[in-house]
Amino acid sequence: MEMKKGQISRISGPVVVAEGISPRMNDVVLIGKERLVGEVIKLVGDKTIVQVYEDTSGLKPGEELLDTGAPLQAELGPGLLSSIYDGVQRPLPKLSEAMGDFITRGASVPGLDRERTWKFTPEKKKGDKVSQGDILGEAPEGNITHRILVPPGVSGTISSISEGEFTIEETICVLEDGTKLPMMHKWPVRVPRPFSEKLLPDIPLITGQRILDSLFPLAKGGTAAIPGGFGTGKTVTSQQLSKWSDAQIVIYVGCGERGNEMTEVLTTFPKLEDPKSGQPLMGRTVLIANTSNMPVAAREASVYTGITIAEYYRDMGYDVALMADSTSRWAEAMREISSRLEEMPGEEGYPAYLASKLSEFYERCGRVKTMSDAYGSISAIGAVSPSGGDFSEPVTQNTLRIVKVFWALDSKLRERRHFPAINWLTSYSLYTGHLDDWYRKNVSEDWSRLRQWAMEVLQKESELQEIVQLVGSDALPQEQRLTLEIARMIREFFLQQSAYHPVDTYSPLKRQFAYLDAIRTFANLAQKALSLDISLEDITELPSKAELGKMKFEDDIDTGIPAVVEKMHKQFEKLGV
Amino acid sequence: MQKEYRTIREIAGPLVFVEKTEPVGYSELVKITLPDGSTKRGQVLDTSHDIVVVQVFEGTGGIDRRSSVKFLGETIKMPVSGDMLGRILSGSGDPLDGGPPIIPEDRLDIIGAAINPYSRDNPQEFIQTGISTIDGMNTLVRGQKLPIFSGSGLPHNDIALQIARQAKVLGSGDEFAVVFAAMGITSEEAQYFMKDFERTGALKRAVVFLNLADDPAIERLITPRLALTTAEYLAFTQDMHVLVILTDITNYCEALRQIGAAREEVPARRGYPGYMYTDLANIYERAGRIQGKKGSITQVPILSMPGDDITHPIPDLTGYITEGQIVASRELHRAGIYPPIAVGRSLSRLMGQGIGEGHTREDHRALSDQLYAGYAEGRDLRGLVAIVGKESLSERDRKFLDFADSFEDRFVRQERNEDRSIEETLELGWDLLSMLPEDALTKIDRKLIEKYHPTHKKRGS
Ligand SMILES: Nc1ncnc2c1ncn2[C@@H]1O[C@H](COP(=O)(O)OP(=O)(O)OP(=O)(O)O)[C@@H](O)[C@H]1O
Ligand SMILES: [Mg+2]
Repeated sequence: MEMKKGQISRISGPVVVAEGISPRMNDVVLIGKERLVGEVIKLVGDKTIVQVYEDTSGLKPGEELLDTGAPLQAELGPGLLSSIYDGVQRPLPKLSEAMGDFITRGASVPGLDRERTWKFTPEKKKGDKVSQGDILGEAPEGNITHRILVPPGVSGTISSISEGEFTIEETICVLEDGTKLPMMHKWPVRVPRPFSEKLLPDIPLITGQRILDSLFPLAKGGTAAIPGGFGTGKTVTSQQLSKWSDAQIVIYVGCGERGNEMTEVLTTFPKLEDPKSGQPLMGRTVLIANTSNMPVAAREASVYTGITIAEYYRDMGYDVALMADSTSRWAEAMREISSRLEEMPGEEGYPAYLASKLSEFYERCGRVKTMSDAYGSISAIGAVSPSGGDFSEPVTQNTLRIVKVFWALDSKLRERRHFPAINWLTSYSLYTGHLDDWYRKNVSEDWSRLRQWAMEVLQKESELQEIVQLVGSDALPQEQRLTLEIARMIREFFLQQSAYHPVDTYSPLKRQFAYLDAIRTFANLAQKALSLDISLEDITELPSKAELGKMKFEDDIDTGIPAVVEKMHKQFEKLGV
Repeated sequence: MQKEYRTIREIAGPLVFVEKTEPVGYSELVKITLPDGSTKRGQVLDTSHDIVVVQVFEGTGGIDRRSSVKFLGETIKMPVSGDMLGRILSGSGDPLDGGPPIIPEDRLDIIGAAINPYSRDNPQEFIQTGISTIDGMNTLVRGQKLPIFSGSGLPHNDIALQIARQAKVLGSGDEFAVVFAAMGITSEEAQYFMKDFERTGALKRAVVFLNLADDPAIERLITPRLALTTAEYLAFTQDMHVLVILTDITNYCEALRQIGAAREEVPARRGYPGYMYTDLANIYERAGRIQGKKGSITQVPILSMPGDDITHPIPDLTGYITEGQIVASRELHRAGIYPPIAVGRSLSRLMGQGIGEGHTREDHRALSDQLYAGYAEGRDLRGLVAIVGKESLSERDRKFLDFADSFEDRFVRQERNEDRSIEETLELGWDLLSMLPEDALTKIDRKLIEKYHPTHKKRGS
């Protein structure tokens, strides 16, 4: 196909203005001799404004610009899992082969391997009528079965379908109208993929993180924000979720963050096991790494690339979890581009359309019935990096208007090394109500009451703390000092959870319940003891209390907790309870 | 043959607007010749058929409409060679030491390309700085970027110098080469660094770039890039381990703000440009290790927090990019404690990868967690003591209070030339912990307590 040509008339950082061409919005264009990749983001009069995904140094007015006539698309098919891509789906290993250790420019590398073959097994046969979203067959990929679907917009009757080893470009199925279907297809990243129906999320995404699962749970298909100042734990939390959550597919978008963090994921994930399948964690993961020093326009695109891949696996009927670290860097990329366009800014220089971009993104998540009547979901966890750690800034505020779960990271907690530094008083989950049923059926009838109890103790503690600040805890009655002591147990034993400790890093739901329940048992016994005039000191010095605290680091924790509870009862008995 | 233009249309602050040019490349290097024959250098910020915007590094003072402008057809390059060690250069890379010009082995683009995250190697080699609050509590590793957040009047220069003098990787003979880039610091401060480098012989393995307070502000935008280009060459071509000290980032950001204002850009917070995060990331991310390469780049940038405010955009954006921070505390400084490092607010995110068995010692993590917890608890009690008096504290609380004091006095405080080994630091930590009731050591395993706690050790021997 002959591509239409235009000419560059102006270059300002990642933004290029061209004339003599009239492409459509969002068309991909190739710029200059090196054919740098860009995308049309605005049309004004006869001027075309383009954001460029690569460094523009040296580019000159008058150089050529070609319109490819197609929008920015993701390549979808077997081979996505275990990949690491930049923001526009170029595989980083291939880039390093082409360019060496540093990312230069002008290399065009397709997202999916063209040579590799996959074993395709048809599920449909000749003569079957198929339409978009129907499963044609499957190919094993990573830890899952990759279902090959009829791409959106395609339907007809199968005239032939073949079994065997194919590359992603080879035809596996031909329709009667002559349409040839390979395993791969492309999809414009800025357009949501179709599904049949959106459903209410009512199953939790189990993360193995006690404060999340027990106090502020996220549903499969739900949306959560983790805002927090620098160093409070956004990345560690996101990585914990990618390691331990019970999603089948994990998409990790490192959007404008550190290179070393992506390296860490790359070196640790292949050595870890998927808690569900026992296979290497990398086999369910797609990494998108557009670090802070990589081109800012590609950072803007990275979030769309991520969500498109997520939707693709959702359409196969999988539960997908997508982490975006950090959505603030994404918003900043929008701000940077917008300011180059000399658009009228909104708050703090962010473009006026910031809120609508954020909500469009989170709207692409959710639990759905797919076109082939399967159930799939995308849960999204967006890190937010508020400037100055101040949650009143526009990105945090606009995000909180959309998402249903708020995990508020707190610099004060981080300074005291209380990890995860999630504030239990300000965080919330709007899913608790929907999920209660599930927890009751699958963990314990007593689940919501136990959670309620823990929240009440913590709430009470914060009220008492205000008094303690003024007069010291000795001035409080025994009863209230006990509340402080119990709250401390909840915080230090239960809420604190080290991501780096081999045992503590992941806590199954049953264990979470048993642990919190043991603390409640202690609280109840202690209450009784107090009413029998036993001194608080005698109670808090019971060895079973300290033992319970250290239990979380022990390999035999699951048998250890009941054993400690038994000791606890005995020790209280000795005191006369 | 490059054309010269005498078509300057406008000069505003550090920017020169040139019209009616042939096509000029974005980011191209520019030479401006004044009527008196002197020259200035600049860089293209915006280019179109009608007008080219040039940012002038040496300031626009003296430029007039008759000055001639020449576009050099390439982006800014830094001549580099292995012989650069021992040299003192200006903020634009010209020799200041009276020595010969650098005979380049290569000329490298100063806008460094991003290291492919796939090619990076995990930083994990413990660097012993000899400073307990760093080694014990906020460990630095090779390839990390760990800034010092300081304030005016605090001894951040002393801390940086002490790190530069003492930094070593245990068990490896290799010394660090130091690349030092000064941006807008006073000549007195610069002297302080130079004297120390000379006295200790460090200058022989250092490359120094000096942009001082009275040097052009806009030059500060290239100084760190020249320094890092040099560092990359030394690390990844010459196989050296390089320690880069950048001071003061705050001055760099002021220059960035100045350009933004001159271009009438919409600012983000406090007048700083919206792209400051990306711009700083392009500096800080030029640290690390690369698979298959011997050398490494470790960065210790210094910045002074305006008004000691850690939420100010400069420390804030820095903290979001670097792998932790060492925070200097005015409170400790007033109490006469050197180095006044606030261990709670400081953080090294790569600590986990550089400590423990095989790196430092198996008890390192637990010990430091416990020291934090004890110190935090003791500090909290200070507030209470101010209200209710020490007498009304319980026995246990009093121990924590004393612990916090001793921690500052013995663990934090050390001499400017005191080079503590990691064993000394850890032993000191255990010694302090023995002030606390043993059942308060909730963060340490039984096994480790039995092995390292002074009470048990004595009993054991
Ligand atoms: N659950 C946890 N367990 C143990 N340590 C933690 C935990 N969460 C956070 N930390 C500690 O806090 C440090 C900072 O966490 P992290 O890198 O996730 O912060 P962040 O919020 O992503 O910061 P930034 O915005 O600068 O990227 C970690 O390096 C680690 O030392
Ligand atoms: Mg992070």
